[in-house]
Amino acid sequence: MRHADPLDRPLALTVTAAIALIIANVSPLMGLTVAGRDSTTTLIGGAYQMWLQGSEVTAVIVGFCAVFAPAAYVALLLAVLVMVRWPPAPAWVGVLMRWADRLRPWSMNEVLLLGMLVALTKIAQLATVIPGAGMYAIGALVLLLPAIVSTFDVREVWRRIAWIDPPAPRRADP
Amino acid sequence: MNALGAADAGLVSCTGCGLLSRPASVAHVGDCPRCGERLDWRRAHAVQRTWAFLIAAAILYVPANVLPVLTTNTLVSSQADTIMSGVIYLYETGSWPLALIVLVASVMIPLGKIAALAYVLVSVQRGSATSNRQRTRLYRIVEFIGRWSMLDVFVDTFVVALVQLAPLMSVEPGPGVVYFMAVVVLTMFAAQSFDSRLIWDAATMGKTPPKRCAPPPPGARRFGTALRRRGRDAA
Repeated sequence: MRHADPLDRPLALTVTAAIALIIANVSPLMGLTVAGRDSTTTLIGGAYQMWLQGSEVTAVIVGFCAVFAPAAYVALLLAVLVMVRWPPAPAWVGVLMRWADRLRPWSMNEVLLLGMLVALTKIAQLATVIPGAGMYAIGALVLLLPAIVSTFDVREVWRRIAWIDPPAPRRADP
Repeated sequence: MNALGAADAGLVSCTGCGLLSRPASVAHVGDCPRCGERLDWRRAHAVQRTWAFLIAAAILYVPANVLPVLTTNTLVSSQADTIMSGVIYLYETGSWPLALIVLVASVMIPLGKIAALAYVLVSVQRGSATSNRQRTRLYRIVEFIGRWSMLDVFVDTFVVALVQLAPLMSVEPGPGVVYFMAVVVLTMFAAQSFDSRLIWDAATMGKTPPKRCAPPPPGARRFGTALRRRGRDAA
């Protein structure tokens, strides 16, 4: 499938996703108030709390799926989309493409968002919970990432990347 | 049904970038000339690897559901919750849609994934040549839906992260979380280590692609575009 705007639109969406990702990671996701005591958490804070509570493996996997994989995925896409603007892009851009493709199933923003909503509902029985800016940023990411994937023209991008082992050119000389 | 697969035409597709190319040697297929990914006629030991991940996941599914995932400590009591009792708690507190979502994501999807992959594997091993489209679709659904099982792990993480109001009330993760997460990760590995091209092999002409295909004629360009296009149409 050919897209009318194979490079600019995914790039614009990816830049937006990068901004949303930064907000999602630095601002609090949600907070709760009970009996005059406050508690807030960020993404990394949530994983870190798991670590402190003795579930280190869970902390690492949650950190990977919720923080590292989305960030690396967006960064790789950004690098690829910028580099292919001047074709032929060097062959290592193709390596970045492959890594982005491998990371994609592990970047679980939409699962994370639903998980946070379920957690909110669970805690809402016990205390007053306040969704924070980070949660809205993740909501934005959940919409942005599929939009990037659907506007991203994989074939066009591969066409603009130099081959690692290019086929021998057709010789015309005597 | 006697279709021509890419491998019958001596062509191999790249799982990294999708390029269809004619390898220089049948025995040593080498790397994709475009993206550098290792090329294989069929991913090596795909069926065995998938079975291994799948069986490990099925075993760990038991402790994942029996052991508590969350322990809630209050001043007077301590209560351990498994995944199922978490679902029941959500249902009883009136949010049945969420209870249904967690039930589907945490109980049905892992079980369905294990059953679906086992079915695809058995059918491939028996050389089944029927309902290839349906089996491929089933595999794609498994691949796509697998990550949703992580839902409960995220729920537990945020409940633990927020409810740290000791001595009033605090929640700590139980041993079940790790097992449950292992089930999700292992079934994702299982889906990724399978090679969906295997589903189609029984229906194409050559059941063992590398032996059938002819080596390229000497001096031929390795990657002709015309050849590439013809191969893609055939596949």
